[in-house]
Amino acid sequence: MAEPRRLTPARLAQRYGRWLLPVSILLFLGLWQLLSAPGGLPAFILPSPVQFLTRFGQVLADGSLLRHLAVTLLEVLVGLAAGVSSATLIGYLLAKSRLLEKLIAPYLVASQAVPIVAIAPLLVIWFGPGLFSKMLVCALIVFFPVLVNTIVGLRAVPENLRDVMHSMRATPAQMLRYLEIPAALPVLLGGLRIGATLSVIGAVVGEFVASNRGLGFLINVGRGQYDTALVFVAIFALICLALSLYGLVVLLEKRLLAWQQRS
Amino acid sequence: MTAPQRDPILSVRDLSLTFRGENGGLHVLDGINFEVCPQDFCCVLGPSGSGKSTLLRVLAGLLRPTAGEVAFCGSAEKPRIGLVFQQANLMPWRTALENITLPLELQGVPLEEARSRAREMIQLMGLEGFENTWPRDLSGGMAQRVAIARAFIQQPDLLLLDEPFGSLDALTRERMGAELLQIWQERQITVIMVTHSISEALLLSDRVLVFTPRPARITLDLEVDLPRPRSEDLRYTARFGELSRRLRAAIQES
Repeated sequence: MAEPRRLTPARLAQRYGRWLLPVSILLFLGLWQLLSAPGGLPAFILPSPVQFLTRFGQVLADGSLLRHLAVTLLEVLVGLAAGVSSATLIGYLLAKSRLLEKLIAPYLVASQAVPIVAIAPLLVIWFGPGLFSKMLVCALIVFFPVLVNTIVGLRAVPENLRDVMHSMRATPAQMLRYLEIPAALPVLLGGLRIGATLSVIGAVVGEFVASNRGLGFLINVGRGQYDTALVFVAIFALICLALSLYGLVVLLEKRLLAWQQRS
Repeated sequence: MTAPQRDPILSVRDLSLTFRGENGGLHVLDGINFEVCPQDFCCVLGPSGSGKSTLLRVLAGLLRPTAGEVAFCGSAEKPRIGLVFQQANLMPWRTALENITLPLELQGVPLEEARSRAREMIQLMGLEGFENTWPRDLSGGMAQRVAIARAFIQQPDLLLLDEPFGSLDALTRERMGAELLQIWQERQITVIMVTHSISEALLLSDRVLVFTPRPARITLDLEVDLPRPRSEDLRYTARFGELSRRLRAAIQES
């Protein structure tokens, strides 16, 4: 006989868990529509979901959304790649040499004290308003977290596994390939995950300063014309971009770190 | 008795080691001398903290001695050394099979060949069915079997075992000891094993070196003339009891 079960929050969550997100999205859209309905907030403050969707359809159809998205995506990807690879390389050197770390670390920490928003105009002055300065902003914003994670990851390689490798007469290159990289990979990927979302921020910051293309530029245009629906569309595209990048890194983690997961 | 015409594979001469530090450092090994002949099974016995593991680390080339030398002779001038620790120390990102192939991969053996040789080891160690298991899903005994297979697969000139069964329960420990003996007999390799169990030393080895507490010196070099093949029943023979009394006395005197 089934004992009478009380509906605790945990049981509710278990039974109706998969409905939770759709319901909350519907509630959110309902509230949004309510606020922006005639008699509510004006469209240049809060466009209604319908206005948002219409504008979305327009910029999607005339190809401008995808064009700007592609520019930002390019900046993000190149910047991310440059930032991650330079940070891993320098992180490796710093993890290996305490002397080098003492020498360079103060500069690196000081560079982090300056907000990226303050440096971005400087980069535009130096390197012009083209794509390159935006990629540089992305690379810079990604650099530090990836660097720190690289150092932490490499320093945390277990000493007993180093002994195993030494007893097998592993060369330094083999140490790196067979021990240090796989052992540091969870922390490295953690850095990449942070870097992926930061990189999107970097691109938009760069585009805000000076640009004629990209989602950040689109937001500027929308703001200038009180086309708030367009701003919403650009923000929505940015969210999708950041989430997809984040999702890709998570997928990568699932593949590469199968050994960590519960079987 | 050891046949006199056999040349030693390893000779350790006046080996001393001091870890640098405050108060003159830590004097761990003090004038260790011994030789090991090919295919010997040699146990190092002594109180814990007496420097037995340090000796193995020196032999494996992980530590440099302060004085004295470790010389590998004859065919084994650049010897292959298999080292098994108290913990299995497997690479957690490699499956059991991949852990066993690792030393071969480092030597540049083609992956296909490495795999097929590893499968032989899997069979030898009774690990069938665990080839693709991650180390975190292996029991202590299984993990240690993988570690031993990893040390064996490169056909080492010298196998160094640092209390390899120390973290296992008593029953597994006995069974693994018997398995180790069997492989040693089949493969005819040279073994130096650190242990602090007198009966384990007697059941397995041809020879037992007894260490004093730190700084370690060899206080007794005992030939174990028990007949082979050996089994657990040997424990109840008079000779076993006698040798075991001599070892215990040597440890307590020191």
